[in-house]
Amino acid sequence: MSSKTLTRMDLADAVYREVGTSRKEAAEVVDATFEEIIKTVGRGETVKLSNFATFSVRSKRARMGRNPKTGEEVPITPRKVLVFKASHNLKDKMNGK
Amino acid sequence: MTKSELVQRLAHAFPGLHAVDLDRAVNVIFDEISMTLAEGGRAELRGFGSFSVRHRAPRKGRNPRTGAAVSVPAKKVPYFKAGKELRERVDTAKK
Repeated sequence: MSSKTLTRMDLADAVYREVGTSRKEAAEVVDATFEEIIKTVGRGETVKLSNFATFSVRSKRARMGRNPKTGEEVPITPRKVLVFKASHNLKDKMNGK
Repeated sequence: MTKSELVQRLAHAFPGLHAVDLDRAVNVIFDEISMTLAEGGRAELRGFGSFSVRHRAPRKGRNPRTGAAVSVPAKKVPYFKAGKELRERVDTAKK
């Protein structure tokens, strides 16, 4: 098993190699792709990338939490969280199917 | 937003690139992440988040319809942890 960590730079390299844009454009396209996804979920919309995953937003109600160190009860404010749901295709790929 | 809508938005932002090339670029990006995860690696995209692999132990499950016990084998599942910027932009109440 490799313990490789993929970064934005690796993605820009892959786009440059496989699409044939300039290196600069490849890096810009990678950044713009993630920025579009952030903007869209930031508006509360769902992003569906077929064969990869769905990113959606879920609202959490206010609840009481507890500081695990002191045992003190603290209120947790209502919040919105991002939900990542992998596609079957991606899950299958990870399990050699 | 679907993948094709994402490509349309990128086409608007990059008038000098062909939509077909942007479509390929988007596929390359998510295929690279998928392949890295399939090989057991991780992807760290600053501002966005990180993708990694979580291992699930084998377990005994049940067919909910028939009640029959079935063994569910160990498997790997993709895990995503949203980065700080993404978390803050989703939780708009925080700003």
